[in-house]
Amino acid sequence: MAVTKEQVMHVAHLARLEFQENELDGFTQTFNNILDYIAKLEEVNTDGINPTSHVIDVKNVFREDEPSSSLSNEEAMKNAPSSEDGSFVVPRII
Amino acid sequence: MKNLLNLTIHELHELLITRKISSQELTSAYLERIREVEPKVGAYITVTEELAMQQAKNADGKLARKEAVTALTGIPLGIKDVLCTKGTKTTCASKILENFIPPYDATVVSRLADAGAVFLGKLNMDEFAMGSSTENSAFHVTKNPWNLSCVPGGSSGGSAASVAARECVASIGTDTGGSIRQPASHCGVVGLKPTYGRVSRFGLIAFASSLDQIGPMTRDVKDCAIMLKAIAGHDQRDSTSVNKEAPDYEAYLNQDLKGIRIGLPKEYFIEGLSADVEKCVKNTTEKLERLGCNTVEISLPHTEYAVATYYIVATSEAASNLSRFDGVKYGFRAEDFSNLLDMYKKTRSHGFGNEVKRRIMLGTYALSSGYYDAFYKKASQMRTLMKQDFSNAFEKCDVILTPVAPTAAFEFGEKASDPLQMYLSDIFTIATNLAGIPGISVPCGFDSRGLPVGAQLMAGHFEETKLLNVSYQLEKELQLSGRFAEI
Repeated sequence: MAVTKEQVMHVAHLARLEFQENELDGFTQTFNNILDYIAKLEEVNTDGINPTSHVIDVKNVFREDEPSSSLSNEEAMKNAPSSEDGSFVVPRII
Repeated sequence: MKNLLNLTIHELHELLITRKISSQELTSAYLERIREVEPKVGAYITVTEELAMQQAKNADGKLARKEAVTALTGIPLGIKDVLCTKGTKTTCASKILENFIPPYDATVVSRLADAGAVFLGKLNMDEFAMGSSTENSAFHVTKNPWNLSCVPGGSSGGSAASVAARECVASIGTDTGGSIRQPASHCGVVGLKPTYGRVSRFGLIAFASSLDQIGPMTRDVKDCAIMLKAIAGHDQRDSTSVNKEAPDYEAYLNQDLKGIRIGLPKEYFIEGLSADVEKCVKNTTEKLERLGCNTVEISLPHTEYAVATYYIVATSEAASNLSRFDGVKYGFRAEDFSNLLDMYKKTRSHGFGNEVKRRIMLGTYALSSGYYDAFYKKASQMRTLMKQDFSNAFEKCDVILTPVAPTAAFEFGEKASDPLQMYLSDIFTIATNLAGIPGISVPCGFDSRGLPVGAQLMAGHFEETKLLNVSYQLEKELQLSGRFAEI
């Protein structure tokens, strides 16, 4: 199932990435090579096999909901590319 | 006295507690060494000279007062630049985090600091730990101290090269598909990937959360046991860290190996494995037999699917984890944009390197509507089969022995143009991450070019004691420790 240049552009949009027109052909080719390789998994019948999401048998972990200290607003904002009055500044959205 | 720079943690500890040397002298010697060889090796992204000297001074105070002295008090270490260090730049070798200064320490970092260790700096890596050669660093390459025209392996290339070039006594690396073991093998050092959940991942900038694990890279196996003890254990801030006490690994190194069964999986001795590596691993097998171990042939039938499975699981999780880099809360933000969406796209497209973008794309595709069952679910089912392979194998053997990588270190550029070839260099290390079991790389010989080769040992979940015990005695039998890269 070869992926087209248009599909690659759609996935790029979903991933919030963009590629230059001259990068797209090469990228699509590499993408397809990797997908062809991954298609190898179709050889294995996995019907009825439970998927593993956690390799160690750990159940959900609960703790008491007790308030404790966390980062101050000032510390949390220190790395922001743009901030004002203790908030992150982003381009206008509405 | 032997050259200070050649000594191990346990040797230096003796000198420090008997006050034959001070941590400040030791730390100065390492900083001097870094100034001398760093232009050739390029193992560090950031050297924290002031912090190191301050920590060394504090350590000397503790040593003088015999106060809270541990095996790591006053020992200079390097940390892979993927672990958050409060007040010290943490870049993940990416432009997108070029100026990021974390407001907190990773748990591993705070544990080592509490143990009195000295931090020399942050080590180079493939961007976001994605790669097998450290060529994907956005800043500079790291060279293999044994041969400067070869890669050190990756992604923890700086962590391995710094130990081999004697730019730190030991280091911390991370391993998602082989990123500790493969560079350890290429640089002739010991590297351990612990069981998933053994070491807290809090403060580790995530690549693939269900596979990532932090581990030590050291000069010898005893140092590895010491470092693991210092970083292992439950952490409330990482709910995947397992609530199970870490044993005193060092105490188990001398257990008799008589009757230990060593499994040799036939799927790991295949075409593409270099004759040199095969010879080294065969020699390792003989040494283990001489120590009283019995070898048995085993089968891990789904091995050939490990790389494909890994590249679905790892990229899917990476696509999700790396969505946080959007130019809003921290890190790089592009300058010219027309609206929010455009800001996201430009920030991410300029901030991430090619391999990172490729993996985000693959993962986004695999998780996109309609493909989940065919990719992520399928891969997660494959993990169950591979985990089962290992459980079956460990009924027939105690420890599994394999090569770490198909060849010793390769040259710069050799695999950089073909991502798939690069992915296949992890063929022997990936399955342990998918199954969550521990694996260690121990130096076991040299190839015909004089480059180091490692042997990989794997054991069941939380069987690090067994791994370290076998590795320790193997190391003594092989008599390779104490051989250094001449640089």
